[in-house]
Amino acid sequence: MNHRMIFFTTGSVILTEAGLLLLPLLVSLIYREDCALAFLITIGITLAVGCAVCLATRPKDRTLFSKEGLVIVALAWVAVSFFGALPFVISREIPVFIDAFFETVSGFTTTGASVLTDVEAMSHGMLFWRSFTHWVGGMGVLVFVMAITARAPERSIHILRAEMPGPVVDKLVPRARNTAKILYVIYIVMTAVQVVFLLAGGMSLFDSLLHAFGTAGTGGFGIKADSVASYSPYLQWVIAVFMLLFGVNFNLYYLILIRKFTSALRSTEFWVYLGIVIASAALICRNIFSLCSGFAEALRLSFFQVSSIMTTTGFSTTDFNVWPTFSKTILLILMLIGGCAGSTAGGFKVSRVVILFKSIVGRLRRVLHPRTVTVVKMDGKRVDDETLSGVHAYLSVYALTAILITLLISLESAPAFDIETNLSAVISCFNNIGPGLGAVGPMSSFAAYSGFSKFVLSVAMLLGRLEIYPLLLTCLPSTWLKK
Amino acid sequence: MKVIIVGCGKIGATLTARMAREGHDVIVIDNVPAVVKEISEQYDVIGFCGNATSYDSLTEAGVAGCDLFIAVTGSDEFNMLSCFVARKIGAKHTVARIRNAEYNNESFHFMKDQLELSMSVNPELMMAQAILHILKLPSAAKVDTFSDRRQEMVEVVIKQGSPLNGMTLSDIRKKYPGKYLVTVIRHADSVSIPTGNAVLHEGDHVAIISAAAETHRILKMLGLVQKQVRDVMILGAGTTACYLAKHLTAAGNSVKLIEKDPKRCEEVCESLSGVTVICGDCMHQDLLTEEGLERMDAVVALTGRDEENILISFYAMSQGVGKVVSKVNRDELHTLSEKLGLDSILSPRIIISDVLARYARALENSEGSQMESLYSLMNGAAEALEFNVLPDFPYANIPLRDITFESGTLLAGITRGNACIIPDGNDVILPGDRVVVVAAGISVYDLEDIFHRSQRTQP
Repeated sequence: MNHRMIFFTTGSVILTEAGLLLLPLLVSLIYREDCALAFLITIGITLAVGCAVCLATRPKDRTLFSKEGLVIVALAWVAVSFFGALPFVISREIPVFIDAFFETVSGFTTTGASVLTDVEAMSHGMLFWRSFTHWVGGMGVLVFVMAITARAPERSIHILRAEMPGPVVDKLVPRARNTAKILYVIYIVMTAVQVVFLLAGGMSLFDSLLHAFGTAGTGGFGIKADSVASYSPYLQWVIAVFMLLFGVNFNLYYLILIRKFTSALRSTEFWVYLGIVIASAALICRNIFSLCSGFAEALRLSFFQVSSIMTTTGFSTTDFNVWPTFSKTILLILMLIGGCAGSTAGGFKVSRVVILFKSIVGRLRRVLHPRTVTVVKMDGKRVDDETLSGVHAYLSVYALTAILITLLISLESAPAFDIETNLSAVISCFNNIGPGLGAVGPMSSFAAYSGFSKFVLSVAMLLGRLEIYPLLLTCLPSTWLKK
Repeated sequence: MKVIIVGCGKIGATLTARMAREGHDVIVIDNVPAVVKEISEQYDVIGFCGNATSYDSLTEAGVAGCDLFIAVTGSDEFNMLSCFVARKIGAKHTVARIRNAEYNNESFHFMKDQLELSMSVNPELMMAQAILHILKLPSAAKVDTFSDRRQEMVEVVIKQGSPLNGMTLSDIRKKYPGKYLVTVIRHADSVSIPTGNAVLHEGDHVAIISAAAETHRILKMLGLVQKQVRDVMILGAGTTACYLAKHLTAAGNSVKLIEKDPKRCEEVCESLSGVTVICGDCMHQDLLTEEGLERMDAVVALTGRDEENILISFYAMSQGVGKVVSKVNRDELHTLSEKLGLDSILSPRIIISDVLARYARALENSEGSQMESLYSLMNGAAEALEFNVLPDFPYANIPLRDITFESGTLLAGITRGNACIIPDGNDVILPGDRVVVVAAGISVYDLEDIFHRSQRTQP
């Protein structure tokens, strides 16, 4: 283990966060709010800690292996969440540290689950920071650091791989740093386009920016008590479509950018993703038709909710808690599937579902015809055995972790929640969605949970965003021992 | 620059590492998935698994827009075909590794023209030439030649009891005046371009440049000369060994070749005349003694295994052989065996990657100069480069004393016509010169890189 390099990189991530905090500081200065001081103090602390860590651990050897990559990502995410929570505590807007930590983790992991009971009472600066964490966390903190630092270490692919979700992570161009840059350029441009669309619909600049951040990172922090329900149907459609766009693998956009349209359209994952969205929206639309005033409203509500849940964003335009059980069950299933690999969305990922499904079909065929030879293919190419067993292993770890977290949450004493609430809260946090069902539905918050449960759920969000392994490995003693 | 490398063997892997470090966008193609995966994890490159002679694979890998296409698989025919297809698809420059002697004869230019190859590389031949240079100057650990062999840079090790031990460079210059220049010193693990105050210690590696005609005399004056090599024993009869034996016998040396495989021995016997071929295992000390190892002037270990070469070299040194040259392919063994006391260690991978790194850098050269050659010094810690100065060179005709150089660089030599100049402050660079530059710690891509930044805008 290259300890120095691990802490040095973590230190540089902390320094980068100090830089990112300048933006909410600027916002609070524009609105002449008192929370500017909280940001200034946090920037001071973050700078001091970041510099201290970087100076104390200047690495002689800059080599990284996959182990180091995983640990760096885990430590960096815990660190940014910790320092990101400070402004909330210092400004007393979220006075309890664990609440602020939950809120920040929820932000960076693009979950969008909130402990705030009255969002509209928050200052502009804090609201901006909260949504901005979505935007940074969506594409990845380390990917951002990689894109802006001049000298990326060799083998930085390991960092990229640990932070980018999906069963297989490939670079777009030979250099990891250029890949990070391209991803961020696509990301920034798409966010900007959405802001323009929202502005055109009459939303204020501040609201447009925050909603674009929430959509781009597939986060879902709203700035109104009823999320986006009070906005015009046009704005809701814009957000729904953009959520869907940010849930698509970014490799596709790169392929379109370099005019390789045929290879872009060959993506199985994309078509399955689109198919699931359309089918679910249609089924829910039919199911809730009687509750709505007309077809247009039913379609808008169902499409928005499906798009929001499938991409693990978590915006909502209606309280789907009151929907029929069939619709709620579909949403629960969508929560588990999640968006495409290589997007900003969370969840199990469509590509994994496709690979699993295909390998199950192959397995069944082998039961019928024991001598048959089957190969799992994706986009016309064979899925190698390592990826395949990786997906199977991930499913097991994913299920086990979810069960363990649910068990821990059920320890919650008075006031105890029902199983629907607990289960959906865990699924929602673990898959980085935001709202759940029951008492943690779209119109309520996570405030009622105890400090312990909030901590467990924060860990669940980090586990979900980083796809379990980084955090898990960092906690294993054998990762750190010299054996 | 976009560089595509076909074949991830020993040479392919070294090239990939070098090209990625030079800052190029590298795509690697091989048909073994495991190899591709490993190399794309190790270096900042994209790996692509496929058949590099098929139109579809090459197109998908993005050959159409690539600046340099290098095919270095083990098969000459595959490399040629791959380069040919790549060139037709639109690769700007193609380089093939062609090592079979049947292709490297008079018909070569015909093939090269027809295939539109920009260059071909023959690692074994280049390796043999490098060994030959060393055997001509046995006191040198490594010899690099510039300007059509008009200038030479020799790397020597300061041995125990050498008169230079403990002297500063300015003292050496006073005591032994002449047209030479100490360009790089490696002391322990630190490599630097020395000032006059630098002191030489036992075990230091020193690179000295001088006119090729004078090298021998200067080394003799500095007390660094060893007996000329006449009798050479070559262990292992690979392609390199054959090239080397052929050149050595042509130069009048007596050559003894030892090879384990009887069939190979017969082949070699057939193709080479005047060489004594012995069939036997060169790991047997008895055999080596029987064949008169200790009476040899030089022993060259060229078997296919690094470990064997290293062990034989140590044995030969212990038997008092004056000059021992060993081929060591793997980088980690290279460093290790150098620490243990071998001084002439050569690796075809480094020679090839120098040649191709030079080629890639030259493609990006400015109007004012063109890179002619590039050599790694001190195990890759420093570089010696040669540039052709073109008519548009912006720093021409300025006395060197008026120029500030970038730190870590040194203007080591100028060749003007047939004259070799070791430059001082009064000299100038003229268009048409060939200039040798040494750089330690920084990479020089263009001759203008050695001039300090502050001057670049107003030359």
